Amino acid sequence: MGNLVIRNLKQSFRRDDGSDLVVLDDLNFEVQDKEFVCILGSSGCGKTTLLRLIAGLDTARSGSINLDGEEMQGPSPKVGFVFQEYSLFPWRNVIDNIAFGLEMNGTPKEERYRTAEHYLDLVNLSQFRISYPSELSGGMRQRIAVARALALEPVLLLMDEPFGALDAQTRNMLQKELLEIWEKTKKTIIFITHSVDEAVYLADRIFVLTPRPGRICQIFPIELTRPRDRTSVEFAQLRRQVLDLIGQHCAIQ
Amino acid sequence: MGRDNQKNGKNRWLGLLAILIALAVWQFVAAVIIRYPFILPAPTDVFAAFVSLVHEGTLLLDLQASLVHFAIGLGMALLVGIPVGILMGWNRRFDAFLDPLIELLRPVPPLAWIPFAIIWFGLTASAAGFIIFIGAVFPIIINTYSGFRGVPRVFVEAGKMLGCTRSRDLIRYIAFPAALPSVAAGIRIATGVGWMCLVAAELFGVSNYGIGQKLWFFYSLHRMDSVVVYMIILGLIGLAFDMIFRYYIERYFLKWRTGEVA
Repeated sequence: MGNLVIRNLKQSFRRDDGSDLVVLDDLNFEVQDKEFVCILGSSGCGKTTLLRLIAGLDTARSGSINLDGEEMQGPSPKVGFVFQEYSLFPWRNVIDNIAFGLEMNGTPKEERYRTAEHYLDLVNLSQFRISYPSELSGGMRQRIAVARALALEPVLLLMDEPFGALDAQTRNMLQKELLEIWEKTKKTIIFITHSVDEAVYLADRIFVLTPRPGRICQIFPIELTRPRDRTSVEFAQLRRQVLDLIGQHCAIQ
Repeated sequence: MGRDNQKNGKNRWLGLLAILIALAVWQFVAAVIIRYPFILPAPTDVFAAFVSLVHEGTLLLDLQASLVHFAIGLGMALLVGIPVGILMGWNRRFDAFLDPLIELLRPVPPLAWIPFAIIWFGLTASAAGFIIFIGAVFPIIINTYSGFRGVPRVFVEAGKMLGCTRSRDLIRYIAFPAALPSVAAGIRIATGVGWMCLVAAELFGVSNYGIGQKLWFFYSLHRMDSVVVYMIILGLIGLAFDMIFRYYIERYFLKWRTGEVA
């Protein structure tokens, strides 16, 4: 399962002059089990703030986050996170990075490595088993980070612009691979991006956020069958529709 | 690294040449111009003194005594410095609590502690160890502290998302390994500073043996050639410590530190 329900979520930060900067205002949405949702918004609209709240890395000012009927309080093994920055531990080799979470929850050594190998296979990087992160390219590091998050078998996978720092070609390849992994593992995925192209390619539904304070401006279902062809007419039309929508309704007032 | 080593290989002969020239000039000045070994013993005098010291057979005992003093001082500095550095780097309140005290104590030169070393520990190896401890503990605290301060937030958060949530585990599995290059640099500096404190630590007669102790002993006998022998031994051992340390550190960190800002 991986049913996420967000109700009246509000987050604000105290400014130096004592006033409150509202980052997310009265956010309500639901994400179905095994759904792939992309959250699209311009920088500074609170996308990352929202994801960090769901992950339990920050605490909301008010509102509730429920995963499968359970109120989320703090980081949970049911939620995996792939960071925007490179987050692999440089002092651990690839397989020990993937096995880290299993080591923390006390999984016996043999089983731990068996599971880690499985997820290493899943991201097609078995030959880099004992390499160190510094020896890998940016794209490979993010794939290992995905494997590491999946190794704990979370029901919900949160991804914060994970391919943002990669070149366009690598990016497209990793998007394709991510969809394959999603087909195989059937997690609920919430994926943050500022790229319309990426969102239309990946998502079942796109949530478009307004600029600060972040609210959901529009929910946009993408019903194209997968694998999607970026060069097709339908794809281009959808992209234009999303862009128009952002321009008309969700832009800075 | 590879390129540096190659360059060192080519330039090593130049370095050796400088040492040979210095020896020749020293020999010339001492034996031809000054001709008074009490003021400046010539390299040949020093070598002769070294040979007779080897025959006397106390060199190893001196080395042993000094290493014991050094081990006490550095060991205590590690035992105190690393936990204090970790606590200050991890906990802001602990940092605010201890920082002023440490900043007050740090500028007091290790040698100024000699009277209290004698009063507190008597003329024992611990007294010498205490002086070395004072010299070595601050670089360890400060480097451990700054290493912990510099741990990227994303590592800690990645750890939390992977089920490493207790402070103790975060320190052990995330912050300490991330800070290790900085901690190691602190230990290396502390090794150098601690070794430099050795001569002073053995100056006040804590033992009958010791490299520093013998240096003072031969000075009181006006056997300056033997003094130079012990000076050279001090330098060479300090150098050996640093080389061994660097060798292991680089071998350990090279595999993961390349390309990381640490």
